[in-house]
Amino acid sequence: MASIRFTLNGKPQTIDAAVPAMPLLWVLRDTLGLTGTKFGCGMALCGACTVHVNGQPMRSCSTPISSIAGKNITTIEGLSPDGNHPVQRAWNECDVPQCGYCQSGQIMTAAALLSKQPRPTDADIDEAMRNNICRCGTYQSIRQAVHLASDLMRKGGKA
Amino acid sequence: MNRRSFLKTGAAAAGGLLVKFHLPASAATTAPLKLNAWVHVAPNDTVTLFIHKAEMGQGTVTSLSMLLAEELECDWSKIRTEFPGIDREYGPNQGVVGSQSIRSSYQPLRRAGAVAREMLVQAAAQQWSVDRAKCRAENGAVVNTATGARLTYGALADAASKITPPANVTLKDSAAFTVIGKSHKRLDTLDKTNGRATFGIDVRRPGMLYAVVERCPVFGGKVKSYMVADTMAVPGVKHVLGISSGVAVVADNTWSANQGRKALKIEWDEGEHANLNSDDIRKDFAAQAEKPGAVARKDGDAAAALASAAKKLEAVYEVPYLAHAPMEPLNCTADVRADSCEVWVSTQMQTAVMQAALGITKLKPEAIQVHTLYMGGGFGRRARNDYASEAIEVSKAVKAPVQLTWMREDDMQQDWYRPASYTRFAAGLDAEGWPVALTSRVVCPPFGGIRDGLSRTGVEGIMDMAYAIPNVFVDYHAADPGIPVSYWRSVGYSQNTFFMESFVDEMAAAGGKDPLEFRRKLVADNARLLAALNLAADKAGWGKPLPKGHGRGIAFSTNVGSFTAQVAEVSIANGKLKVERVVCAVDCGQVVNPAGVEQQIQSGIAFGLTAMLKGAITIDKGRVQQSNFHQYDMLRIDEMPKVEVHLVPSHAAPGGIGEASTPGIAPAVGNAIFAAIGKRVRRLPLRPQDLA
Repeated sequence: MASIRFTLNGKPQTIDAAVPAMPLLWVLRDTLGLTGTKFGCGMALCGACTVHVNGQPMRSCSTPISSIAGKNITTIEGLSPDGNHPVQRAWNECDVPQCGYCQSGQIMTAAALLSKQPRPTDADIDEAMRNNICRCGTYQSIRQAVHLASDLMRKGGKA
Repeated sequence: MNRRSFLKTGAAAAGGLLVKFHLPASAATTAPLKLNAWVHVAPNDTVTLFIHKAEMGQGTVTSLSMLLAEELECDWSKIRTEFPGIDREYGPNQGVVGSQSIRSSYQPLRRAGAVAREMLVQAAAQQWSVDRAKCRAENGAVVNTATGARLTYGALADAASKITPPANVTLKDSAAFTVIGKSHKRLDTLDKTNGRATFGIDVRRPGMLYAVVERCPVFGGKVKSYMVADTMAVPGVKHVLGISSGVAVVADNTWSANQGRKALKIEWDEGEHANLNSDDIRKDFAAQAEKPGAVARKDGDAAAALASAAKKLEAVYEVPYLAHAPMEPLNCTADVRADSCEVWVSTQMQTAVMQAALGITKLKPEAIQVHTLYMGGGFGRRARNDYASEAIEVSKAVKAPVQLTWMREDDMQQDWYRPASYTRFAAGLDAEGWPVALTSRVVCPPFGGIRDGLSRTGVEGIMDMAYAIPNVFVDYHAADPGIPVSYWRSVGYSQNTFFMESFVDEMAAAGGKDPLEFRRKLVADNARLLAALNLAADKAGWGKPLPKGHGRGIAFSTNVGSFTAQVAEVSIANGKLKVERVVCAVDCGQVVNPAGVEQQIQSGIAFGLTAMLKGAITIDKGRVQQSNFHQYDMLRIDEMPKVEVHLVPSHAAPGGIGEASTPGIAPAVGNAIFAAIGKRVRRLPLRPQDLA
């Protein structure tokens, strides 16, 4: 049986790849038990399953495991050791989540935006975040929290 | 049961709440003291509220904790919340529907907090051998006012468990509130930002298998036969079985189960709805609207008043079926054994899940446990328990713990939809432009029971209009094309407030009146509604000039016991609409958590705006044509208007908030479009021709 090696949240990970087409999402959730990454649509339409692949935001529901060999995967569980990433701190400060289901994906997308663009405008935020659906409509708080995270990063945090 | 260890201090209260205090049998142990079924003060000072409700984003965890904390005088940082499993003692209806949580818990939970506090204070008084009057509870401790000595609740908890509870407690007057009415941050935020919050779909059990179900794409259709060979050949697939709702595929992960499902060969008996389509449904509704229906309201003689009116206007309004589309796809985990059944589920209706488990397993109630998990949205969809029944059925058949998940396509195509509706209005105005008559005929699929030909959910929002019009006639047809329908955030108000508030705007325009002035005069006797309208108009700058292509619209709703007025400001350029700003004023009685109210108002507006701008479920050949978010889209961050929330100060009994702002946004935006470009939106969702 072929196996696939990659780095998951900073640690080496090997999985049996009996089904190379299986998306990363289901490997994370059902095989490895990392349930912080969410299933929302299965078609890369909602953003709930967003993880970082080599630092880039990717839809894990549409990323076959065969494509991640040798890559560096970060999920919400590994974004910071203690939930203290500036984006998470900002999300807590602004009390963003309601039902909370989409928020792992929102946070991962926002973190990727800020690592590329430390001082985003509202238009930058809209552009980066518009593919992440929040059915509870927490968008106003999300925008506020991205700006706050940007401030926190400038004051010494790291993205 | 030992009388000393079991204490009844209150009876069941409205809404399924039961204030029944339970104290541990052994006071000698270090077992934490259980003051009652919901409140637990532990020796380590932690206060745990076992919430009999469920959290779907509405903030119940936080606001109910605040009710408790107000009277208990505990340390807010020490409050924890847990969802208890279902228990028959919670009453006949354990669930969260109809924006009821605060309304049904407001008195009982504060009383529970007061009783607990008094017992802790008594325990301190005994320990110090002082009069109770010398003791004061504050911030999780009892203070001896004479000596300044202090004992924490944790230190008193065991002793308090032996105190006879007070027969009566006096609850604080609202003027003395220190918790209620002050914004508190949500208690569930941290776990929802680090990936640790456990939603139903995140439950993992030893040896658990994963299941999906293929159901007949046509409503009411059934499996005739199916072939399993190709499915069983898919790696990871363990079982294929026929169940009540279709064919289940069970595998060692969800994806493999779904791959196996795609390989199924099923012959369907499509049943009587195989030729159903949206055009025919609409034609049928329109034909029914020509004939008299069941009378929902009759004031005066509307026909005569219309006939003699100085000016008449008529309009037809319509909306499509809508799916709920909570972000967490429907799912349930069940472990059915010979002598037990355990269910883990994100549901708005724990009681219904319990009943489903009883029916399927034939076990005794004591053998069944239902665990309540965080819901990734509910919006009414999770008040149905079809997905839970499936999981229980599959687990029973394969004799293993099973997590059954609906794919997004299942969620969209097998929903219990917000019904479509087709509604005709006519109005008569006098020579001064004020209304003398209004008639409305509603054609809308019923649910929630029919009495005398009427479904409350079909006509609410019209039948109970807030307007004082001398002659009113409302009748109703319970059209039923065979598409499952049910509760959807704000229920009948979700469409009828759009109809009513848009047509009232038409009446104002026909009478040459300002839409705000028109409404003010017609609701003049409703002080709370009038105050909300005035506050929204004032904060929105009603009447102030706007740039060309911009417009303001106003609308209100009176659902869930609250009064909600909204002013939307829109701009239209090159046939494209932007909702620039929404000012919402709400009188929801005594506000418990202002920050929570603001969240819910924003959320309800996003929900209603999604429906107005994008939402339509359509049918062809008995099948739903939309399958995923590319065909049934949601409002995105760049489409979210700036929402400003203003609260009307009130100490009236609390109203609901989770559904308060959903109905009013569509008519406010529609009326703003009329103000901007003179075109009236009478059919949702918005179409390009409405703006051209």
